[in-house]
Amino acid sequence: MVLGALLAALVNLGGTGKYIHWGFIQISVANFIVIILMIVVFILAILLPFPKRKGDRQ
Amino acid sequence: MSIDTDIGAESGPGGPGPTTAESRQWTARVRHTAESAFPPDQLLPDRQPAYMASWIYVFGVLTVVSLAWVIITGCILAIMGPSWWHVSSTGHFVNSLHLWSVEFFFFFMVIHLWGKFFMAAWRGNRRLTWATGVIAFLVSVPAAFTGYISQQNFDSQWISTQAKDGINATGAGAVWNVLNFGQMLMWHIVLLPIGVIIIAGLHVLMVRRRGIVPPFAVGDAHSETPVAAPLEEPA
Amino acid sequence: MSSVKKARRFNPDRDVAPWKGAYVPYDILKEAFVALLAVAVLIVVMAAVFSSPDDPSITLKKWSAVNPVDFAQTAITELDGSSGTATYGPPYNATPDAAQHMGFFEPAQWFGVHQPINTAQDFVIGPLRTLPNQQLLQRALDVYQGASAAQQSAWTTAYEKAVANATDVQGRLHVPAGRYGPVGYIVGSLTAMAQTGGLDGTLLSEGQFYNTDYTKPLLFLADGSYLESLAGAQHLQGSQWGMMNETGNYPGQAWLWLYTMWYQVAPMNTSSNADLEVWAIMMLLSVGLIFLPFIPILRSIPRWTRVYKLIWRRHYRELATT
Repeated sequence: MVLGALLAALVNLGGTGKYIHWGFIQISVANFIVIILMIVVFILAILLPFPKRKGDRQ
Repeated sequence: MSIDTDIGAESGPGGPGPTTAESRQWTARVRHTAESAFPPDQLLPDRQPAYMASWIYVFGVLTVVSLAWVIITGCILAIMGPSWWHVSSTGHFVNSLHLWSVEFFFFFMVIHLWGKFFMAAWRGNRRLTWATGVIAFLVSVPAAFTGYISQQNFDSQWISTQAKDGINATGAGAVWNVLNFGQMLMWHIVLLPIGVIIIAGLHVLMVRRRGIVPPFAVGDAHSETPVAAPLEEPA
Repeated sequence: MSSVKKARRFNPDRDVAPWKGAYVPYDILKEAFVALLAVAVLIVVMAAVFSSPDDPSITLKKWSAVNPVDFAQTAITELDGSSGTATYGPPYNATPDAAQHMGFFEPAQWFGVHQPINTAQDFVIGPLRTLPNQQLLQRALDVYQGASAAQQSAWTTAYEKAVANATDVQGRLHVPAGRYGPVGYIVGSLTAMAQTGGLDGTLLSEGQFYNTDYTKPLLFLADGSYLESLAGAQHLQGSQWGMMNETGNYPGQAWLWLYTMWYQVAPMNTSSNADLEVWAIMMLLSVGLIFLPFIPILRSIPRWTRVYKLIWRRHYRELATT
């Protein structure tokens, strides 16, 4: 049914998972991406300029 | 604004205070405590200190709205019951919304935690704000965990049979049985959401009560400055 | 309500002077509304693009069909009381020295048996007794239950040796002959019952109509190696940092990284009390995080690392120019 097709995933994340092995650490590529994204977003949040406000100063 | 109390009428919130007769009342005392702890313009302020000028400040509200979406999508799943998403593609889509809102909830919450840590946001009598935030995180973990084991699929089977060892080792497995779907579903949709909402609510109220933490003073990086004046902000 | 406290030495990691500076207009409700919409867009996009995993559950029926040898090998350990569940200890049974402990601290033992399971009765004999019109089977069960403990043990030991060399011929179990009395017929019947799906239903229902407690079928499943092998293929086992992972390539529970990490390091990675030890460590660290504002050195890290100078750089710039 059309709705079903529309609602199905565009990218299939099923199948065999990909993993990174580094010393005793094993982490999925997906989790690794999530963690890297968090660090990147955190750094951007701190570095990106915040819009100035033209408001009342009290 | 309030209903008629003609024993010593008050002028408004935080007004002249209760009369002798009212001050014995639980109702009046609770109302006055709430009003003085949270005057309306502090509870819903229309201004913030000028030092609030960084994108890191939006991660608290992003966490809260992600939680709102977790709850809304969870309610939709509750309307149709726990089997729906296995048999309906609409249900599966709503389940996906629920899962991704959880992922974003933790994503934003952890970034919020990092930001608050580097701001040392517990300073100035804000230790309870910090503590409620950490506890909100800690309660969110079992809330998510009970969700995973309520899925009724292979994931639930594996996660529950593994987690039982950790929980049984603490003795809690005697009453908290992760293999009991009925029990775990009810913890997931009733008890733990109530816990998360109450604790997150207290956390937000604490932020409103104390305000956002001011920056470190210039020179704080190197020295402690003895100060004789009162330090904590007025409530 | 006065909050003026008596003067004390200022500690920049604990104290801060109240803000007496400027304020700017800020619409927190509009901000919340914009955030609500932004996150809505994010979750709709992620759900539409990536969906969510739903690997179907394993049944005893599937397990016994795919690997009847492993099923039978598990069933005999349930009958003779040597399976993981049978020797688990509290909360399932009172197996001595089974509960995890750290020194004298043995909470599982203190809480005791509250989910009692007798694997021989609950997983094997009980379900088989529910089958009607099976006179041969009921007779075999009578013979087994009427025998002495020593005789039962001799039979089950002989069967365990034999079933180690069993074969699966088109889903049917073939066990080499041996002196195992009625046990071969009992385990064979249980395997056949599982292959019809009857065992799934019987273990769950426990003789009732409604039930939502899957303890028994899950414990039986987990005692075998089929569930475990499927989990291993998906990188979900404990030694694979599985607690963090999800099936396929989905992101899992990255926030559990520290909890699962302790299982990989000594001495927990070889300890039979690992679960309790890791819990203790994580409880300690969690309490430490709650009370971080009171912990010297740790609470100074934000001031020492000076990340705050980036966060509040506009404020410091304005201070410098006034």
